[in-house]
Amino acid sequence: MNWFPAVIVLVVCIIICVARILMGPGAPTRLVAFDTTNTLVVASLVIAGMMFNHAIFIDVAIVYALLSFTMTLYVAKYIGGGKF
Amino acid sequence: MALNIVTYIFIGIGLFFNLVGSVGLHRFPDMYTKLHAATKCTTFGSIFLIIAVIMQAANIWAQGGTSQSVMCIHAVLALVALLITNATGAHAIARTAYRSGEKPAKAVVDDLEKKEND
Repeated sequence: MNWFPAVIVLVVCIIICVARILMGPGAPTRLVAFDTTNTLVVASLVIAGMMFNHAIFIDVAIVYALLSFTMTLYVAKYIGGGKF
Repeated sequence: MALNIVTYIFIGIGLFFNLVGSVGLHRFPDMYTKLHAATKCTTFGSIFLIIAVIMQAANIWAQGGTSQSVMCIHAVLALVALLITNATGAHAIARTAYRSGEKPAKAVVDDLEKKEND
């Protein structure tokens, strides 16, 4: 199996999303782009674990998914304000 | 091999939907449609990519690989974590965007406003 082109396409997607983080009008749009970037990073970490044949990449992907979810919730609470 | 062909098809579907989600994040006019495109498409694409990894790891595991067993099970865990966190995070983002005063681009009727005042 050749996993390398899949990682290349995912990195292109991540670059597009990071450009939207830098450009985007307003904080909620930036938060959406950030969430999308996290999803793509998790997918590319799992594929990198299969490509390099190391299971530690996939463990990192699990922890990254859970921590990025926590960070998304906290930033959403910060932007929304008031009671949550 | 049939499994390799199925895996390549799954990788193709996953990459296509991830790319469509990223382009939709750029092209849609306001934040809610951006959220719609980005979250749904990237979740669907990532499911297919991780399922491709799970199939390959399970194949090597069935042929006697040792480290692939850990890889297969942990990829399933990563898939479950991704499924739970993406949907919940998108819900939280949409609610906080509405509460911070962001309006849809061409909205005419806002039913939620009436409901919150009651």
